[in-house]
Amino acid sequence: MNFVMPDFMPALPEMFLLGMVCFILLLDLFLSERSRVVTYLLAQSTLLGALLLTVSLYEEGRALTFSDTFVHDPMGSVLKVFIYLATFLVFLYAKDYLRARNMFKGEFYVLGLFGVLGMNVLVSAHSLLTIYLGLELLSLSMYAMVALQRDSVQASEAAMKYFVLGAMASAMLLYGMSMLYGITGSLDLGQINTSTAAMDNNSMLLAFALVFIVIGVAFKLGAVPFHMWLPDVYHGAPTAVTLYLSSAPKLAAFAMMMRLLVDGLGGLQEQWEGMLILLTVLSLAAGNIIAIAQTNLKRMLAYSAISHVGFLLLGVLSGTQAGYAAAMFYAIVYVIMGLGGFGMIVLMSRAGFEADSIEDFKGLNERSPWFALMMLILMFSMAGVPPFLGFWSKLAVIQAALGADLVWLVAVAVVFSVIGAFYYLRVVKVMYFDKADVGAPTVSAGFDLRVVLSANSLAVLGLGLFPGSLLALCVAALA
Amino acid sequence: MIPLSNYLILGAILFCISMAGVFINRKNLIILLMCVELMLLAVNMNFIAFSHYLGDTGGQIFVFFILTVAAAEAAIGLAILVVLFRNRRSINVADLDSLKG
Repeated sequence: MNFVMPDFMPALPEMFLLGMVCFILLLDLFLSERSRVVTYLLAQSTLLGALLLTVSLYEEGRALTFSDTFVHDPMGSVLKVFIYLATFLVFLYAKDYLRARNMFKGEFYVLGLFGVLGMNVLVSAHSLLTIYLGLELLSLSMYAMVALQRDSVQASEAAMKYFVLGAMASAMLLYGMSMLYGITGSLDLGQINTSTAAMDNNSMLLAFALVFIVIGVAFKLGAVPFHMWLPDVYHGAPTAVTLYLSSAPKLAAFAMMMRLLVDGLGGLQEQWEGMLILLTVLSLAAGNIIAIAQTNLKRMLAYSAISHVGFLLLGVLSGTQAGYAAAMFYAIVYVIMGLGGFGMIVLMSRAGFEADSIEDFKGLNERSPWFALMMLILMFSMAGVPPFLGFWSKLAVIQAALGADLVWLVAVAVVFSVIGAFYYLRVVKVMYFDKADVGAPTVSAGFDLRVVLSANSLAVLGLGLFPGSLLALCVAALA
Repeated sequence: MIPLSNYLILGAILFCISMAGVFINRKNLIILLMCVELMLLAVNMNFIAFSHYLGDTGGQIFVFFILTVAAAEAAIGLAILVVLFRNRRSINVADLDSLKG
């Protein structure tokens, strides 16, 4: 057997990222506390550099490399671009928050960038092995990030819960993968697809493998009934880390689902469709109803994330090209809105004070009418009010599901999103019609955070007025 | 020659034991971490058995990666455990109840 040099070009952004993360890790050791900003700037420029590399490779078309374990395709490139952008915003929003809590350390950025590398590998995976490695690189970085605030009781408890449940989910996914490997005799997703499509659909072993894989994916996405970790982790983690967890990893989880279920097990669509329908209905119901009872904004947004996962699954389970594009559009839109939502909590927080209770937003309109307006845009968009971006993403997913004749499921989704509108609008009511308490937090954040957060919220409105280009990008990426 | 099904049944038994350990154990977090490790070893058993019977080395290579990742995972798990113990002075699973709702 002779060794053939693999083609490195399709994986250029990943290699650049890896090189830069190692460099930042070393350099950070030699920086004094005052020059820590260098780490931050280097991390941001790494993300921008990787973004440029990915964009320049976009036209290349589909290519396989590293013995067919790594794939470069348009869907991957688009998702990677949004992963970089989301992480860029997370680092920017988090800077002042971390400084005020004595957490402005190199570890946050290094772990964050390793997470981005894991997400990239996951997005470009074309073998069970690369899916597992990408997923673990991402998950291990996130466990450590949740525990970053070492003196916080809540954060360490959240990290422990996340670690145990996450490791269990990985093990279940692996168990499913081992079954799949035994049945098909290959780790390559393309070969798995051809051999499972040719098989008898009623094979017990195959159904067994599929159940474990779907459970693993549902755990990582946070779909009910595998959502137990999500509210606790979002609530307990420092808000800067919650911001990270709730944004780019959602795109990676979507990519993982696409790679495993569509690229790898596309022939079994009839079988996993039923399982995803169950997950969708439960996620929409539990997410929207439990969110109503929350008084903590981070927890409320966590349950809202669960209900958004329900919508995401609705697009994927329709099993058509249009459905996948709609789900991808939904994932990207959710990330933009989620960044804004958690960004607002970061904006209102200051040293020694977390503005993570809905009470803290009482009468925000009197104190800061501009940011009350921004929060109003984000909440309306998450609720799915036209003309904001959230409306179009829900519409796209619902159209795709209607195209697959799932009328009853669409009815369920619409009913629950109407129920869900209640808790988003309650935040708006609290901001505009309640009187502020004495000593309520004012907005005292830095200039860059204010400008970029405003731009983020206005993008939700702007893209909502002209949703065509983003949707067209998703459709083209999956064509 | 031992048939493939025996290995698979052993793997399934190990997996079930570790799963039961995670859910039944309410006392000690370290036992929980051990259960998670056992779960990964059950998967390794499956992979090696399949790999041998299929005559394909892919599964054995996968096992090397799983072992490596499991080592990293154990390191992070124990580090989180130490942080938790410093904050709470307890590693009782039933005490992890400050986050609710």
